[in-house]
Amino acid sequence: MASVPGNRFKQDERRRNADHVSFLKHRRYRWLWIAVLLCLATGLGYALIDQEPRPNGGSWYGYTLGTIGLGLIVWLSLLGIRKRKITAGNWSLKAWTSAHVYLGLALIVVGTLHTGFQIGWNVHTLAYFLMLLVIISGIYGVIVYATLPTTLSNNRNEMTRGEMLEALTAIDRQLESAAQPLGRQQSDLVIRALEQDVFYGGAWGRLTGTYPGCATNRALGGFPEVAGGVDGASERVRSLLVKRAEQLAQIRRQLRIRALLEIWLFIHIPATIALLAALFAHVVSVFYYW
Amino acid sequence: MSDLYEVAIIGSGPAGMSAAGQAAKRGMAHVLLEKTDHLSDTIYKYQAGKFVMATPSNLALRAGGYEEGVSAGMQFDEGTRENILGIWNQHCGVNDPTIPVVEGEIESWGVNVKLNAEVTKIEGDKGDFTITLKSGEVLKAKTIILAIGTQGNPNKLRCPGADHPMITSQLDDPADHYDKHITVVGTGDAGIENALGLAEPALGNTVTILNRGKDFAKAKQRNADWLTEADADGKLKIRYGTSPAEVRDGEMVLETETGEETIPCDLIIARIGSQPPRGFIESMGVEFTSADRSAFPVLSPVFETTKAGIFVIGALAGYPLIKHCMNQGFDVIEYLASGESPKPADEPLLEEVFADLPGNKSVDYWLDVYQKNVSIFGGLSTLQMRELMLDSTCKAFGPGEVIFRRNEQGSSLFAIASGSVAVEVDPNDPSITVPIGEGSIFGEVGLISGRRRGSTIRAAEDTIVVELSRKAALKLISSSPEANDAVTRISIERQILQMFGSGLTPADIAPLVESAETVQVPAGKVVIQEGDEDKDLFILRLGSMLVEKDIGGRQIFLSYLPAGSFFGEMAVIDGSKRTATVKASVKSEVIKLDGEMFNALLDTKPQLRSKMLEVMEGRRQTNDFIESQKGDVGGALELYTKTAKFLSEQGIGEATDALLIDEKLCIGCDNCERACADAHEGLSRLDREAGKSFAHLHVPTSCRHCEHPHCMADCPPNAIRRGADGEVSINAETCIGCGNCKSFCPYGVIRMDPVPPKKPSLLEWLFFGKGPGPGEASYSWRKKNGDPDLAKKAIKCDMCAGIDGGPACVRACPTGAAIRVSPDKFLTFAKITEDVE
Ligand SMILES: Cc1cc2nc3c(=O)[nH]c(=O)nc-3n(C[C@H](O)[C@H](O)[C@H](O)COP(=O)(O)OP(=O)(O)OC[C@H]3O[C@@H](n4cnc5c(N)ncnc54)[C@H](O)[C@@H]3O)c2cc1C
Ligand code: HEM
Ligand code: SF4
Ligand code: SF4
Ligand code: SF4
Repeated sequence: MASVPGNRFKQDERRRNADHVSFLKHRRYRWLWIAVLLCLATGLGYALIDQEPRPNGGSWYGYTLGTIGLGLIVWLSLLGIRKRKITAGNWSLKAWTSAHVYLGLALIVVGTLHTGFQIGWNVHTLAYFLMLLVIISGIYGVIVYATLPTTLSNNRNEMTRGEMLEALTAIDRQLESAAQPLGRQQSDLVIRALEQDVFYGGAWGRLTGTYPGCATNRALGGFPEVAGGVDGASERVRSLLVKRAEQLAQIRRQLRIRALLEIWLFIHIPATIALLAALFAHVVSVFYYW
Repeated sequence: MSDLYEVAIIGSGPAGMSAAGQAAKRGMAHVLLEKTDHLSDTIYKYQAGKFVMATPSNLALRAGGYEEGVSAGMQFDEGTRENILGIWNQHCGVNDPTIPVVEGEIESWGVNVKLNAEVTKIEGDKGDFTITLKSGEVLKAKTIILAIGTQGNPNKLRCPGADHPMITSQLDDPADHYDKHITVVGTGDAGIENALGLAEPALGNTVTILNRGKDFAKAKQRNADWLTEADADGKLKIRYGTSPAEVRDGEMVLETETGEETIPCDLIIARIGSQPPRGFIESMGVEFTSADRSAFPVLSPVFETTKAGIFVIGALAGYPLIKHCMNQGFDVIEYLASGESPKPADEPLLEEVFADLPGNKSVDYWLDVYQKNVSIFGGLSTLQMRELMLDSTCKAFGPGEVIFRRNEQGSSLFAIASGSVAVEVDPNDPSITVPIGEGSIFGEVGLISGRRRGSTIRAAEDTIVVELSRKAALKLISSSPEANDAVTRISIERQILQMFGSGLTPADIAPLVESAETVQVPAGKVVIQEGDEDKDLFILRLGSMLVEKDIGGRQIFLSYLPAGSFFGEMAVIDGSKRTATVKASVKSEVIKLDGEMFNALLDTKPQLRSKMLEVMEGRRQTNDFIESQKGDVGGALELYTKTAKFLSEQGIGEATDALLIDEKLCIGCDNCERACADAHEGLSRLDREAGKSFAHLHVPTSCRHCEHPHCMADCPPNAIRRGADGEVSINAETCIGCGNCKSFCPYGVIRMDPVPPKKPSLLEWLFFGKGPGPGEASYSWRKKNGDPDLAKKAIKCDMCAGIDGGPACVRACPTGAAIRVSPDKFLTFAKITEDVE
């Protein structure tokens, strides 16, 4: 009953007052500005500071850039942990992502300046290109994050994944009974359509949305649209097959958009791990053999 | 005619059964009459395997403690439904093949049970009652103990064949029925839920649901939506304007608007409500505390009703927990047998309630002080006082100590037993205070509106108060007409004072208060119509309002008014026609003040007038701004209006803090759900995909933390509370898993689950692939690794109470799609039309 003023009211009010803005715009592009400043500062330093004998990672300025770059990369990698470890505290993943994206982009400048434009066939260059690979995949990620959610939402049309599958099961049950009076050939077509795994098509089909072996489409081919709809049973099956095809299409579109939203992480994350390993080799070799 | 029993106990729930056991032990000539063919119907109807809780844990079970050496008594401890019923069956010597026999030494008390003995009439007086059973059999008893619970009798179909065996009012598991023709009668929530369950395509049932009218006024909107959707999908058939005409073997005759029609039918589920037992009880001459539907019979401290010789115990007496029920059964028999009632079993609990008060006084002393000093307790009986205090907190405060602070969340009611308090009415100057004296109440605004405390209150001297939980306060108001009047009067006066600010005294507004009228406004009803010339001023006491205006032939949404605001002032002050329409977004209550009188008050208080003009100007500016958007390309105004309407339909209007997902940003990663699960013992309290969307704004299935939480309506152990940060949360310790909250929440956000097993740590998962990883573990993993004996309990979003940084779902969203909002801040033009990307 007695009251401590230490409740979360102020914090909650702040949250309720603000907070409806994307990670890109977070805090009026705070991290974009910081990243731009970082690029300008390092670029300016590169141009103004007289590096002996020539600009490269071995000069004191090169070491500075290298340290900044390494620090950034390690910090950027920690997003993978942050995302999965929801500890208490006044932080948000949105802010982290915002900073991640802009500081990650700044690495193009910091890292490139660090090389002093010296490219060769060695572990140092490997690290550099791995970094670029991670960044380029990241850029793809940001583009899909910004453009695909609306499509995902439109396609979903208030249905959950479970509901989409249920709807398909319901159609299938109707198909099963509707197909009873059909002849051998036609009912085989229906059976094959019903037997095919909903998720058939593999990764390629999922990403491209092409399913050449789709048994439902093939079955539809076996039920020509008859003008006037002569045969009751086959007409009914046909319309159910159309429904099934539509439902499948929704599920497949959903799979495709989700795949496009996730596929890049299959490069971004392994390349990050490879990058960390390469960086380790890079740093060790610099200190031992340079 | 049979012999005269000492006592006839009606109803074999925990209350009646315990009374009968005690009567048997005492050797009283008794009979236990039960309507159904088994003991304890309410518990019998729990889901199979349900884990029954024995709360409150600090309350001793009386029935088990009687006369050491004589017997161990009637047993009850937490356990499964089957176990508890099995023991009771053995206690009572009942052989019920549907309940497995419990091993071990369980005494049979020689209880004289009569099953299938529904009592339909009780006549006569103390010492000579005549009890008529449905079968026509007649019994005689000196005393009656009514322990029939609150279930009542399900209503029957009103047509020939209403007693046909294929008609049932209870559906345990829809999966018990397949490949049947099933007709559901009644389109309330129960009927709709049954119909939807039976219409699951996998069951292959042909389900028809009869709706006498055209709409689903009695059901939750969600259920109605799902039903019409299922109809559109062909999963079941809704027959509108149709009622049953006759039930025959294998078929049912329907009366439709175009004549009679016969359909095949193997099962009829009649969900047309039930008749509460009140009428039956009143017919015996027993009085209730008030006309309110939730009122209980008037009882003496020994549970005797106003009809001498008839006692009421158990849920029907207002005590829904099994332990209370059993103790009362014991107590009543002891009283009858010895003429003296044992010290009430709740004595230790009450001792705890009063433990913090100074002077080391007895429970009776404090009960007496509170009852004498606090005016709203005047009309209560001792029993009611005890019950009220059980759900309350008593505390003493020294001078200057804070009792509650402005903006703190609180929906409890305080009463001053001695001393007085000072209300800090001005947020900027704590030295300006208004006193509230001994015997009076405070905190009523929070109780009624569900909103935060409007001012800080401190003790002015040494003060002793009682804080009534929301449940206890509402019970008091509904059962005591005196308390109801007092609270209403005080709250109107205070609300006016608080609203129109300093400079006013209760004397200034006395005539206004006198003429004030509280009006209930159902959701959607218009209070003020644009263009009308009426001149009243309204204060929104409870609920929320939507303000709309006709712009270019379209109803455009202007703004949202939360409880505690006033409206209608423009017409009152400048005499103009109503400039906008104001209607209730949820069930609301307004105080109607006479415009003339208010104007007269303004004439004497120029300060008040200038304040009103200021508010008016602010509102006018908002309206002008919105009106100026009408030429806007892209239809921002249209979007704004439709979105606001959509959100208020989804319950955001009664929310205090609700989760929304901007689907223009959501990548579907479900990190929000995972974060919620990881922040809460491994179960997610939100379902991101489920729920409705409009213009890419999605309202997921997740708690809205309603101003007046529906879920709290009937929680037997009172386990749902509103916390300091406004969160509505369920106490996992005391929750008994009855599922009432789940069925009362209109938004389907409560789930019933046992606490899942602990997962290996994140690092173990990352490096060694141990465990199910972040987020909610799959059902099968939980089942495999969990403790099978854990009870299912209600779980829901607690707004991440106690977690620094706030809601995990919001913090874990990488793109900013997940936001939590409150309606007063979010239902504005700027927010809704904000360009977020
Ligand atoms: C789903 C659910 C879960 C719950 N879980 C718990 C829990 O875990 N722990 C807990 O403490 N409480 C729990 N409760 C509450 C508790 O079950 C009830 O409050 C308690 O059973 C009330 O006991 P009673 O003896 O007053 O009445 P009831 O148990 O309702 O018994 C009344 C009996 O009277 C009979 N009867 C009615 N009318 C007549 C008549 N005219 N003639 C003859 N007989 C009649 C009925 O058939 C019934 O058997 C739960 C409630 C529900 C609904
Ligand atoms: C060398 C630089 C970078 C490293 C080491 C790095 C590393 C990572 C890691 C480890 C993750 C976590 C993935 C997961 O666990 O799901 C991640 C996520 C992400 N990265 Fe990078 N990244 C880098 C640069 C970038 C850049 C330049 C961009 C964008 C322009 C970017 C965009 C993203 C995005 C959008 C995510 C997903 C966030 C989420 O969904 O939670 N990254 N990155
Ligand atoms: S965390 Fe954000 S982006 Fe991911 S599913 Fe939830 S709302 Fe969508
Ligand atoms: S559980 Fe339901 S009724 Fe209760 S506060 Fe949440 S949304 Fe409202
Ligand atoms: S606020 Fe907390 S408890 Fe509620 S849904 Fe979000 S994460 Fe879960």
